[in-house]
Amino acid sequence: MSGHSTYVPKSAIGRWFESRLPIMGLIHSSFVVFPNPRNLNYYWTFGGILAFMLVSQILTGVVLAMHYVANVDLAFNSVEHIMRDVNYGWMLRYLHANGASMFFVAVYVHIARGLYYGSYKEPREVLWILGVIIFLLMMATAFMGYVLPWGQMSFWGATVITNLFSALPVVGETIVTYLWGGFSVGNPTLNRFFSLHFLLPFMIAGVVVLHVWALHVPGSNNPAGIEKKTDKDTLPFHPYFTIKDAFAVVCFLIFFSWFAFYIPNYLGHADNYIEANAAVTPAHIVPEWYFLPFYAILRAVPDKLLGVLAMFGSIAILVFLPWLDSSKVRSGSYRPAFQVFFWVFIANAIVLGWLGGKPPEGLYVHASRLCTLYYFAYFIVVLPLLGKFERTRPLPASIAEAVLGTSGSASAMAGSVAASPNTKG
Amino acid sequence: MKTFKLIAAAALVSGFLGGVAHAQHSHALPTPPRIEWSFAGPFGTFDKTQLQRGFKVYQEVCASCHSINLLAFRNLGQAAGPGFSQGQVKALAATFKIKDGPNDAGDMFEREGRPADRWPSPFPNKQAAAAANGGALPPDFSVIAKARSYARDFPWFLVDIFTQYQEHGVDYLSALLNGYSDDTHGVEVPAGKYYNIYFPGNIIAMPKPLNDGQVEYVKGSDGRPQVPETVEQYSKDVSAFLMWVAEPHLEKRKEIGFKAIAFLIVLAGLLYFTKKKIWARIEDHHSHA
Repeated sequence: MSGHSTYVPKSAIGRWFESRLPIMGLIHSSFVVFPNPRNLNYYWTFGGILAFMLVSQILTGVVLAMHYVANVDLAFNSVEHIMRDVNYGWMLRYLHANGASMFFVAVYVHIARGLYYGSYKEPREVLWILGVIIFLLMMATAFMGYVLPWGQMSFWGATVITNLFSALPVVGETIVTYLWGGFSVGNPTLNRFFSLHFLLPFMIAGVVVLHVWALHVPGSNNPAGIEKKTDKDTLPFHPYFTIKDAFAVVCFLIFFSWFAFYIPNYLGHADNYIEANAAVTPAHIVPEWYFLPFYAILRAVPDKLLGVLAMFGSIAILVFLPWLDSSKVRSGSYRPAFQVFFWVFIANAIVLGWLGGKPPEGLYVHASRLCTLYYFAYFIVVLPLLGKFERTRPLPASIAEAVLGTSGSASAMAGSVAASPNTKG
Repeated sequence: MKTFKLIAAAALVSGFLGGVAHAQHSHALPTPPRIEWSFAGPFGTFDKTQLQRGFKVYQEVCASCHSINLLAFRNLGQAAGPGFSQGQVKALAATFKIKDGPNDAGDMFEREGRPADRWPSPFPNKQAAAAANGGALPPDFSVIAKARSYARDFPWFLVDIFTQYQEHGVDYLSALLNGYSDDTHGVEVPAGKYYNIYFPGNIIAMPKPLNDGQVEYVKGSDGRPQVPETVEQYSKDVSAFLMWVAEPHLEKRKEIGFKAIAFLIVLAGLLYFTKKKIWARIEDHHSHA
């Protein structure tokens, strides 16, 4: 989005409108002719998948909101009313609930791509930070959304997590009382969570616009981690990446549909089909799976305030990643030592997630502490030191070379791409 | 090398999880035995006659203590359920007295049930229900088949994604109904409570609700019962009925799921080949990773 587009509409009406509100030109320059590195792999399709999922959640959510009642005496039954009596209500509900999980699957792959290929590095630091903000907004949205059905896990999960803020010295208790709108999680809490759950996705959409804008300044990173130099290195977004993203979205939808239609309650907790009861505490209070790694970090620290700081710190540390990673080489593809630490980080995150679902006893506590240690050590110790001591593989001279090899056909490419040719047949 | 690292990491994770899981297995509850349900799997459907038998068990045994607030009489006549006719639904509803009002005189009155009415609760409120049952509230049955489950160890909870195992609740309920035991394994059972091998904590407030021959099933054309009138059969039938009450649209959901995934697979195939054709325009040794 640097500079005006050169798009000229074909019709007179089009030119009339474009001269008053140049939105067609904006779409043309951003999503039709925008140059993308030719060597992108399928990990780069998850941004498009996320945008699709945001629209899906908003659409299913808005329709659900037409039937849901945010009142402690009516909420649980209103969700059952949706499941039983609203036409295709069961489908809307299952698509929305499983869609939230799918949203997090996609965002974790999207973040992992960024971590591996160094997409957070200069000049994409603000892009990365906007991403962290989107992630935080997503977590807030999902947390509040899970409270709305007013099941046992909804109520008790809300109680546990909102109580964490009381750990803050001096102002903690007051903050929690204002958050609750009372002296415990109750009707005011449910009402405001519904309001905010409806609002936040539109804030996410706004930050996503900034995120794509920030992306379009330098353009996408790529698996080789070297910036584009000539037109030979890139291909126009349409048709090459529109079709690739469409294929990826459909494959993702197959995965999504498997859960939503065949195993819709697999990712949930049976206790949330019991109506909330302030007098009965569930044996084990656990959040949804996508929060489990952070829940494990929270419980790993024996002190309440330090546990809260560790949990928020585990996300906040991401903001500083562009400055913590000292490597001059961007992509993990050319950093063999980094790759080992990275995959251990991924395995560690998965183990943290598994531990978050276990009762905080015995071996599980010790394991959580070890895994939390590695999580923070990766950012604070490994990445700053690795860049100084690692031996990297030699980088290719250009993206085109990374794709084509060093054969002379690189120059023959320029002509055929620029002329947007037909196929050979 | 990358594949090796991936496999190594996966092996590390599996070994670790398996190891830790075993270490914590000191006094876990027994796992409910897996029952073959007609509604399990991608093409599962409810067995109408089983749902009718299960409904009879609920009505004759369970309904005296357990409410089923979200079940309306009309639901018994809807598609993919027990398959009552509209006439049967109306007749059944009319056997109940429903409190309604106030009328124009300002009085509450009783009237005959209608198909739109929900199944009346056996007690006027939760406190009365608990008081009549030794302080323990008999849970509502509307979604109980989805409100109960049991933990599956690693790696079985991953295998369940592929086998579509979603019947944890009904397996548990059926096991519970069969799980009353005179042998309390040395555990002291307080007065007014009972020992059940599947109930968390083993001490349950509900006495054994089912006995052989307790509910008379409809006989076949030869005058003999079609299924055994045993506790095991009653448990299966009532659990299947409760699964239907919890998920009345289960059959539709799986049917639409099949169509959706089939459509998406075809669409994915078309998009894949279109993608290949478009990318073939550029001469590349390996155009994408």
